[in-house]
Amino acid sequence: MLYIKCPYCGLRAQKEFSYGGDATVKRPNINEEVSSEDWDNFVYMRKSPRGKHVELWQHIAGCRQWIKVQRDTATHEIFQTAKVTEEIR
Amino acid sequence: MSQPFRLNKEGLINRNKKISFTFNGKKLFGYEGDTIASALIANGIHLVGRSFKYHRPRGFFGAGVEEPNAKLQVEFNGHSEPNVNATEMELVEGLSATSQNCWPSVNFDIGAINNFLKMFFPAGFYYKTFMWPKSFWYKIYEPFIRKAAGLGVASIEKDKERYEHKFEYCDLLVTGSGPSGLASAYAAAKNGAKVILAEDKPRFGGTLLTDDVSIDNLSGKDWAEKIITELKSMPNVTVKNRSQVFGYYDHNMLVMFERVSDHLEKKSKFTPRQRLWYIRAKETILSTGSIERPIVFGNNDTPGIFLSAAAKEYMKVYGVLVGKKPLIFTNNDSAYETALEFKKNNVEPIILDTREEHSSELIDEAKSKGIDIRFSHGVIVANGYKKVKSAKIGKLNKDKNSFEKIETVDCDCICVSGFWTPSVHLASQSGNKLKYEEKIDAFIPDKKKQHETSVGAANGSFTLEESLKHGFENGSNLSAKITETKTEISIPNVNEKKYGAHDKFWCMPLPKNENPKRFVDFQNDVSVSDIEIALREGYRSIEHVKRYTTLGMATDQGRTSNLNGLQLVSNIENKIVPEVGHTTFRPPFTPITIGTIVGREVGMEYMPTRKTPMHEWHEKNNAVFVDAGAWKRPRYYKEGNETLFEASKREAKNVRENVGICDVTTLGKIDIKGPDAAEFLNRVYTNAWMKLPIGKARYGLMLREDGIVMDDGTTTRISENHYHMTTTTAQAANVLSHLEYYLQIVWPELNVNVVSTTEQWAGAAIAGPKSRDMLSKLYPDLDVSNDALPFMGYKEVEFFGVPSRIFRISFSGELAYEINVKSDHGMFMWEKMMEVGKEFGNQPYGTEALSTLRIEMGHVAGPELDGRTIPSDVSLNGLVSKKKDFIGKNSLGREAFNVESRQKIVGLIPIDRKSSIPEGSHIVQDQNAKLPNPKLGHVSSSCWSVENNNPFSLAIMKDGKNMIGKKFFAVSPLKNKSIEVEVISSHYVDPEGKRVRS
Ligand SMILES: [Zn+2]
Repeated sequence: MLYIKCPYCGLRAQKEFSYGGDATVKRPNINEEVSSEDWDNFVYMRKSPRGKHVELWQHIAGCRQWIKVQRDTATHEIFQTAKVTEEIR
Repeated sequence: MSQPFRLNKEGLINRNKKISFTFNGKKLFGYEGDTIASALIANGIHLVGRSFKYHRPRGFFGAGVEEPNAKLQVEFNGHSEPNVNATEMELVEGLSATSQNCWPSVNFDIGAINNFLKMFFPAGFYYKTFMWPKSFWYKIYEPFIRKAAGLGVASIEKDKERYEHKFEYCDLLVTGSGPSGLASAYAAAKNGAKVILAEDKPRFGGTLLTDDVSIDNLSGKDWAEKIITELKSMPNVTVKNRSQVFGYYDHNMLVMFERVSDHLEKKSKFTPRQRLWYIRAKETILSTGSIERPIVFGNNDTPGIFLSAAAKEYMKVYGVLVGKKPLIFTNNDSAYETALEFKKNNVEPIILDTREEHSSELIDEAKSKGIDIRFSHGVIVANGYKKVKSAKIGKLNKDKNSFEKIETVDCDCICVSGFWTPSVHLASQSGNKLKYEEKIDAFIPDKKKQHETSVGAANGSFTLEESLKHGFENGSNLSAKITETKTEISIPNVNEKKYGAHDKFWCMPLPKNENPKRFVDFQNDVSVSDIEIALREGYRSIEHVKRYTTLGMATDQGRTSNLNGLQLVSNIENKIVPEVGHTTFRPPFTPITIGTIVGREVGMEYMPTRKTPMHEWHEKNNAVFVDAGAWKRPRYYKEGNETLFEASKREAKNVRENVGICDVTTLGKIDIKGPDAAEFLNRVYTNAWMKLPIGKARYGLMLREDGIVMDDGTTTRISENHYHMTTTTAQAANVLSHLEYYLQIVWPELNVNVVSTTEQWAGAAIAGPKSRDMLSKLYPDLDVSNDALPFMGYKEVEFFGVPSRIFRISFSGELAYEINVKSDHGMFMWEKMMEVGKEFGNQPYGTEALSTLRIEMGHVAGPELDGRTIPSDVSLNGLVSKKKDFIGKNSLGREAFNVESRQKIVGLIPIDRKSSIPEGSHIVQDQNAKLPNPKLGHVSSSCWSVENNNPFSLAIMKDGKNMIGKKFFAVSPLKNKSIEVEVISSHYVDPEGKRVRS
């Protein structure tokens, strides 16, 4: 079970979080034209990297904030966590 | 009742307390502190089981967790457990143990014929023998394998025991209470660290209990006791015996299995049997020690053959002799300690040492005590079927591949030692890549992967002095980093015997023309020749050899066999062991019970139960409940002998004719506040939200970004910047997360807050043509006319003195209202409604009637919004705005979503107007067509239409409304039904929606 540092609550067990996918995906702006290719990339296309990956988790059984977690997908090592408004180097 | 192999005074058992037990029906006794194994050996019993494949007689080999053979079916405290390790299970009064894997008895086992047919059971025999002919598989091979390969028998009774889970956090977890573990725990405790010390065995001290050493002029055992006593007195230390740390997981989480009460005769009702600890440790000391390695020789599985350290442990801990004419067979000095212990108890051992004549402190002591030592000697083959009677021994030539002299000596036990293997399982599980240490011919942990630090024998240090030093140092340094306190501890003076070098020799050759089985893995019956066959047949990777031969795959995980197997492969392949590599170590280190894994999450506690404030009323009024997620909802209220069908029909009919009330508390409710709330809703829902007036509700539809319908519900504008959203019961949690995602990540610029208020409000729906009359009685001061409170209207009015909200919304298609009051007033509201509603014929209705009502109105719900449908599939395209953008809008233009023949919602009625159509039925053109019969759609929801008094279903079907008027078959292979149906509109009742607006 992972041990995830919520930027708001501190270190908490994985049980308190739910996974939210790739954090680097950016939704096309609302009310703006978007090509169907860009839209499809946003909805469907995801990389599945081995190694460092920045992903979203939500602290559902805690503060309910969505957070960014930089994790190694092979070893589960967590390098850094941040608020969604913050950048991960 | 004498115990022929019990010593008069040695041992740590309580001789004042006799414990009676049975073994294979025979009444025996032992003492408090015995294991089943030590008590049986004291009684002279060695034959305890039959081997897995050849059904060869098997006895004890070890004295603890390393035991490969002695797995018993044990009944105690009213339950029966298979595969219990006899060397670990403590004796309790009334325990009854029986042998496994033998029929009809352990003494006469029919399966033993396999032993004489062993040419048919070589490596990979499962893969080879049972391949052909295919028709033999079910009737002959499988039953045979199942019967022959069975270990114990799992109980089919409900487990009445209590199991618990515990979550714990500490600075330092120490796994094992041998010298290095004690030293680490002590040093860390003195630095003020929060320490957990876990010991697998009932007694603390590890090898200190059996080794002839002294520390600060105390015996090893006394020193261990002193340290443990001090640790127990410290508030920052938790000391646990009977506790096996069996798994090392991510982020330094370790899992421990505690045997809380199996050894107790009596316990309180709430004492768990076993407990699972999830321990998050900042640092971990792995002081798991080492396990003695056997030497492989002919018939080395005969009962009476032991690891030499186990023989010593039986003497020193249990006061039990494993034999009275022992042969000690060794390639190193440690077995000399066993010989000396025999000698001390007036038993004359013979030592066979594979090394050439030389001297060391221990050898000299053995010589001076007059022990018969034969250098360059080894056991070739053990004689005796159910117990060792004698051994053919040989003097090895210089190359150790043949014999200079062979003779037979009498013996009743053989104690074998092939040096020591560090227990690296936990280190390996932590992700540590092991390295091969040539000095000890075994793997030890390499660079740290997580926060694991191996000390003592687990790290390949086999001297007491070194183990203590490493223990104190690491315990102190690791904890000081955390507590920022460093207490100086002087390392105690140690007195121990110095060992000479071991011999790199682990497999005895065989004389010409002799071919006894030489076992490498006892538990899976893997012999030297099996490994040879596997290599001859081309298996090279050690992982493949393992799977083909099943070497090291049994419950003991090859604790005594892995290295000997690797050594053999490396000898045959002419590779060095590190090139061969090792197989993966996986948790659990020892078998644990399923009950422990499950813990308290069973029966009622399997998941939380959510009850509405009106739950008790439903219970009292014969509600039959249904699970809706964690909620309990009344499915129907049973009157007399009614069936579900009859009751739901009555309830639904009453709503259509009079009025009914339904508990709708479980609907998800989300409070949405903020100046940008309208803009937010406008993006979340497919329809327009910017112009919803205060005091009005609107039905809304939300999509996922891929265009699929996510949820529907009504949202009401309570005040200028305040909205009340409802979701379906099932999607409540997902919708909240969804909203939070967009507010926190995608559109943080929107000034909106959302919070779940599901539990804050109790809700009741009043539905039916008489609902307005009933409402006017509930709210005597309120103008309930259609003009004052129209469809989708909203009012905040007091309900008999308590605040309430009235929403004029309908799920049933009837004139209906939904009343919300604070949860605490839920029961008050419900009872008041029942009382006031009497004169209007009001009856409560459950989810089954609710479904009937919504289905015949063609109102879609979960079965239609199944994660595959877009708005136009379920006739909701009227709610999709063309003018504005919203979540998922761009996906709706996808080609596949706009194909004319796409599956869409329709209604179905059976041609005979009688046969109910099973939900999930496939719609086909020709019921007799050859398989695969082309499927045109499926039946999503079915009911008995109370309005039309015949069955009616909703279906998602190819070409949708274009099929209206055509006939098909709804086939359900599951129910073995095929019903001829006609396609009609999905709105079977009141298609214009007049009633809700009336
Ligand atoms: Zn948090």
